[in-house]
Amino acid sequence: MSERPPYRIQGRTGEWEVVLGLEVHAQVASKAKLFSAAGTGFGAAPNDHVSLVDAGFPGMLPVINRFCVEQAVKTGLGLKAKINHRSIFDRKNYFYPDLPQGYQISQFKDPIVGEGELIVHHDDGTSFTVGIERLHLEQDAGKSIHDMDPNATYVDLNRSGVALMEIVSRPDMRSPDEAAAYVKTLRQLVRYMGTCDGDMEKGNLRADVNVSVRKPGAELGTRCEIKNVNSLRFIQQAIVYEAHRQIEVIEDGGKIVQETRLFDAGKGETRSMRSKEEAHDYRYFPDPDLLPLVLDPVWVKQIQATLPELPEQKLARMQSQYGLSAYDAAVLVGDVARADFFEEAAKGRDAKLVANWVLNDLSGKMGADGLEFEASPVSAADIGALVGLITDGTISGKIAREVFERMWAGEGAPAAIVEKHGLVQVTDTGALEAAIDEIMAANPDKVESAKEKPQAIGWFVGQVMKATGGKANPGAVNQILKAKLGL
Amino acid sequence: MSDLTKLTLKGAIDGLKAKSFSAVEVAKAHLDAIAAANPAINAYIQTTPDQALAMAKASDERIAKGEAGPLEGAAIGIKDLFCTKGVQSAAASNILRGFKPPYESTVTSQLWRDGAVMLGKLNMDEFAMGSSNESSAFGPVVNPWRAKDSSQNLTPGGSSGGSAAAVAADLCLAATATDTGGSIRQPAAFTGTVGIKPTYGRCSRFGIVAFASSLDQAGPIGKTVEDTALMLRSMSGHDPKDSTSLPVEVPDFAAFVGKSVKGLKIGVPGDYRIEGMPEEIARLWDQGIEWLKAAGCEIKSIRLPHTKYALPAYYIIAPAEASSNLARYDGMRFGLREEGGNLTEVYENTRAKGFGPEVKRRILIGTYVLSAGYYDAYYLKALKVRRRIADDFEAAFKEVDAILTPTAPSAAFPLGQRNDDPIAMYLNDVFTVTTNLAGLPGLSLPAGTSQTGLPLGLQLIGKPLDEGTLFSLAGAMEQAAGVSAKPAKWW
Repeated sequence: MSERPPYRIQGRTGEWEVVLGLEVHAQVASKAKLFSAAGTGFGAAPNDHVSLVDAGFPGMLPVINRFCVEQAVKTGLGLKAKINHRSIFDRKNYFYPDLPQGYQISQFKDPIVGEGELIVHHDDGTSFTVGIERLHLEQDAGKSIHDMDPNATYVDLNRSGVALMEIVSRPDMRSPDEAAAYVKTLRQLVRYMGTCDGDMEKGNLRADVNVSVRKPGAELGTRCEIKNVNSLRFIQQAIVYEAHRQIEVIEDGGKIVQETRLFDAGKGETRSMRSKEEAHDYRYFPDPDLLPLVLDPVWVKQIQATLPELPEQKLARMQSQYGLSAYDAAVLVGDVARADFFEEAAKGRDAKLVANWVLNDLSGKMGADGLEFEASPVSAADIGALVGLITDGTISGKIAREVFERMWAGEGAPAAIVEKHGLVQVTDTGALEAAIDEIMAANPDKVESAKEKPQAIGWFVGQVMKATGGKANPGAVNQILKAKLGL
Repeated sequence: MSDLTKLTLKGAIDGLKAKSFSAVEVAKAHLDAIAAANPAINAYIQTTPDQALAMAKASDERIAKGEAGPLEGAAIGIKDLFCTKGVQSAAASNILRGFKPPYESTVTSQLWRDGAVMLGKLNMDEFAMGSSNESSAFGPVVNPWRAKDSSQNLTPGGSSGGSAAAVAADLCLAATATDTGGSIRQPAAFTGTVGIKPTYGRCSRFGIVAFASSLDQAGPIGKTVEDTALMLRSMSGHDPKDSTSLPVEVPDFAAFVGKSVKGLKIGVPGDYRIEGMPEEIARLWDQGIEWLKAAGCEIKSIRLPHTKYALPAYYIIAPAEASSNLARYDGMRFGLREEGGNLTEVYENTRAKGFGPEVKRRILIGTYVLSAGYYDAYYLKALKVRRRIADDFEAAFKEVDAILTPTAPSAAFPLGQRNDDPIAMYLNDVFTVTTNLAGLPGLSLPAGTSQTGLPLGLQLIGKPLDEGTLFSLAGAMEQAAGVSAKPAKWW
């Protein structure tokens, strides 16, 4: 893989390097919360999905949701990480109205997943590796709504207690692009495993970005943490702004203060939330309501055995099995549903041709209509059948486009469309010869010029197509023409 | 009909089954007794007469149909720490005054399942923090016992002072209680009643207002060893809603009462013979040893060398957990709310007004010991001490079947006497906190009286989940002691 040029920011005192580490919060795909049976569905009325446990009522106790644990283990295995067979839930104590218990149950010293790594791919096919420091399980807090009433804050506890995986990377990224690519790859991984739906718009996957700057090769600088950035674009914007801000401070002779900052997407800038001095003292301690989480190694092995094919593996297989280019393979793998659709359509067909149809025509239509591949109006089998009609010579590539349009419009299977509209390619040499003779007879001048300039044959092909309503087999037409023109 | 409140729990259950009297009669007799006594004793925060009579009526119907549960018709009191559906469950705190939970604790729901009848909610130290019942927002409980020739009001102990006083004064047949550092056993000792804190995890904590989760454990206070055994059986059992509840079978504890204790090895820890222990406590202890010897037990001297660190460790761990457990009382969703100019003021005003001084003290201590920079020196160190104490017991239980100690270092003391000195107050728990730290069962039974005629208790400590042996030993000692004295009625 080719080396990408290092990302550098030009300051007054020279070039600067950006060092980035991310803490990604991924909501565990689970119907119930981490420690209660309340639902987690999006779009419920405020405070609809709240149990007495989530609301912190007296005497209520948390009970761990086994499925959420399984999802965390699965994700850990996908990150090729060490699964800790004994982990501890701690309480992180602070007061806020959307935190009913007065503490968040999280994992501090002993997380469920230890060190791992993620190979991150750029769109151009280059890749780099990001070290994973840990993954731990924790509860989400509720939501405070400040803009419904000028004098009151409303609290929605639907999210309170929802399971999150916090995935902490090493400071292994060196550019906004790399940070975005990391989140994209991680998002793809969790979607593949079904452990998080990766929906950043709904906040189901969001990142805290740690940014520091240094002169290339120098010691690590002091970092600032930008909280809760929820889109790839914002992540990049926030990093660029924050890196420039830090460089300016240092070049002006100042010092970076370790602090938590907020990204204002409207203004495109980061703002100080609180400095280290005013940081909360969370008074972490083991939650006495929960026993240490002990995993049976046999169970972990079972989970390992049922892991789906991961993006990394699928990427390699797409290229070796179907002979696709790295780029096509990467685009297909970028969306599990699209990759599955492709594989279904490619069964027994010309895979490269299928990939073209899926990636160009179909993806284009879907994109224009904002549709997902899970909900494709054209089935994979039909795309496969369409390609089959092309490769067996029944229709030409051009006719195929028309057939595809009709398939998209809901007219049914491609063979039926071809039949109904009489789109079968004319390969009957007799019929073609007759058509060609007619055209040659009517255009003796063109015949003469074609004999001198063989490229002019194209004009005849066009005429034959016109005469046959595009149904003539272009290969056959060419052959007959060449013979008749003595080329 | 003789006074139904004088019955033991066992006597009442048998009488009800034999239809000698009805559950409604039992409930009424107790409600009347409470009405007469409560202004003086203040054992009940509230009675629930409508519920009591409805439950009693239902019990009578089940008895008539021959469907009586193990505690059918038994009129009992419930410590205010237990959440009872639709009935104020305030943990004796202003911050929860008026709070009526829409749910029932597991322990109480099991008692109702077995036919028990609720008379009302029993007074206690606020959030179970205290050893004299004086921290209650509903006023102190007064011990039904008074010293010879004295009219001074004494503490019933705490935090389950209401439970112990109500049992001692015949204001219920038995009561639920909880014990975090001695809150069942010390009040039992101060009131001449029997109390057992079972093994940690024996009873579900679901629906019990939390004080210190790793130490809290429910248990009964009763008039006799057998009565507490009957209560404990109904209160115990695995509960999937409490992750620390133990998935073990519940034995028929009452079957252990009366069993021979011959050949059992009893440990007597020299480390509990603390400096300044009153002579009468030492004598009581020796008397207990003699009774067990006479019953055929073998007495062995044992060492529990880390005992002296138990109290300081306890007063770090318990407040640490409490400081976090009590964070939910923030005026936002239930209980007291005091308005303020901004969010922080609402928190400050609500908690300043809602919590009493002892609760505030423990929140402050707990917050401090968990703070960055102090965590290792205090909380982590205390956890290490806790481990050592558990190890001490584990070693001792390789040699003995149970351990005998005094329950408390003194008899009941006058109300108000130790209020200004928290350390003196905390010393009440010196013999009891060790079992909470180690998660072991501990039982207190009345074993004699002080020079001034006040009840004194002895404590039996058992192996994990071996409450049965404690009931056998306590039964033998109860018989030998022959203590049947009741407080002289002055109210």
